[in-house]
Amino acid sequence: MSEGSRAATAMAARSWPRSLAEVPYWVFQEEDVYRAEQQNIFHGPFWNYLCLEAELAEPGDFCATFIGEQPVLVTRDHDGEIYAFENRCAHRGALIAMEHYGHARDFTCVYHAWTYNLQGDLTGVAFEEGINGKGGMGKDFCKAAHSPRRLRLASVHGLVFGSLDNDVPEIEEYLGQEILDRIERVLGGRKPVVLGRFTQELPNNWKLYMENVKDSYHASILHLFFTTFGLNKLNQKGGIIVSENGGHHVSWSAINREAEAKAASTYKDQNIRSDSEYQLEDPSLVDSFSEVGDDITLQILSVSPGFVLQQIQNSIAVRQVLPTGVDTTSLNWTYLGFEDDTEEQQLTRMKQSNLVGPAGYVSMEDGAIGGFVQRGIAGAGSEFATLQMGGDQAVSSESRVTEASIRGFWKVYREAMGFTVGETEGADT
Amino acid sequence: MTDAFTRISRAQGSYVRAIDDGPIEDWPEHFTDNAFYKVTTADNHRRGLPAGVIWADNKAMLKDRVSALKEANIYEPHAYRHLLGQPAIAEESETGATSETSFLVVRITGNGPTDIFASGRYLDEYVFTGGRTLLNKRIVVCDSSRIDTLLVLPL
Repeated sequence: MSEGSRAATAMAARSWPRSLAEVPYWVFQEEDVYRAEQQNIFHGPFWNYLCLEAELAEPGDFCATFIGEQPVLVTRDHDGEIYAFENRCAHRGALIAMEHYGHARDFTCVYHAWTYNLQGDLTGVAFEEGINGKGGMGKDFCKAAHSPRRLRLASVHGLVFGSLDNDVPEIEEYLGQEILDRIERVLGGRKPVVLGRFTQELPNNWKLYMENVKDSYHASILHLFFTTFGLNKLNQKGGIIVSENGGHHVSWSAINREAEAKAASTYKDQNIRSDSEYQLEDPSLVDSFSEVGDDITLQILSVSPGFVLQQIQNSIAVRQVLPTGVDTTSLNWTYLGFEDDTEEQQLTRMKQSNLVGPAGYVSMEDGAIGGFVQRGIAGAGSEFATLQMGGDQAVSSESRVTEASIRGFWKVYREAMGFTVGETEGADT
Repeated sequence: MTDAFTRISRAQGSYVRAIDDGPIEDWPEHFTDNAFYKVTTADNHRRGLPAGVIWADNKAMLKDRVSALKEANIYEPHAYRHLLGQPAIAEESETGATSETSFLVVRITGNGPTDIFASGRYLDEYVFTGGRTLLNKRIVVCDSSRIDTLLVLPL
């Protein structure tokens, strides 16, 4: 373990099923599990999304964000580099910065005016020499020894990730090539522009939201918007990528343009009317352009523990999942466009932003469903959820009718938490 | 000719009644055909960020909001109660006015308690056309950047 970090909190007294297809409900309910997560996951060897490089465009720009419950300050200094450190004064623990985003020459704690530069070095202590030769800090006080803890940082195609554990692997190794390629597909070589930021308060444990993100097979069942309005494309190809360690995933689908054209002409030739009773008054909502020159119209990508990069047609967003309690979660949405977008493309992004977020036609239900589970499992702390769709492994597949990426999430999670893996029925994965 | 304050007050009374007591289908009828409607936050608004939680640039998109919440979206039944302040009128003429109005919205989910759901202000552009007072633009600026669970009914 790195200096300054405490040993991982052992959860060995708790037994976890050997099969990846079983998830005990107590994991969403218990305060001791929640506390251990803060230590083992969020302060542990994981990379956590912090902000976009684009949000720190100029020297002096800063972003006050979180890793789990830990407040963190990310800055850009005049050397052009990005720095991150705990947003906590080394003196008495008050927040150093309170604005979420801003611009600063340096940071002065409001409590006793200890001052830090943009790299997080303590540069000034009020009354350090005392007054009239009396009081003040002791002779052996050394400012250099009193700075907030710095984070390890990594930047991936404009996404800034940080870790509180020096033992975290290099980000390339952590993500794996397939995940890196899919991040590059959306963000590589492009300069993102922030179009809006919103926070959605979820009435459930943070892991229920991550399960939902990694569960592609609920989409056409829970989210009826596309099917109700006859906009669903049933002839799409796609698949699920599960990273080698299981923790990260990509769900994607693509339009088969040949089949589309053929189907359209078939319908036209036969003069068949659509079965759909309802339709949108303004179907331009789903008019889209090829996002990066390929046929992929949907790519949902997650990085453990709590990051999501989304392309839903031309709606691009990043989501930061932050636990705020056993049964409360903050979901931070940042909607993106790109510097090279035409006015028309930005208009398309604005219209399609109606698909996502707290009022999104296809994602508003995700804000509520976790709460339905949280309430449903009250009193079922000794029982298990079952994840048998698509087998019991955590591997990639061409089918999206699988819970493989959710199983992968739990595989990484249970290892990091140090549960005792029990002997139950099911494959040893 | 009725004065702008009275026209706007009447229109807003009718607007919140359509959302709170229904029929919700009456809500889009308070807008012109090419009206702009956006729900955003004070922080986004101050920074000039264009995206919205809801974003519509015509009345047809507002009708789609209503049909989606009636036919497609899945959510726990809930209701709002809007409390509006007096409209502060910035500009007015024979044909229209711009105004700003504070709102507070409480939400009652299922049979649950009455929760404060949103506060903010409407930044409005009204047109007076014949006997009608219609919104040509409404930007709903919520004071907080946080939205509890989801937003199905409009503000």
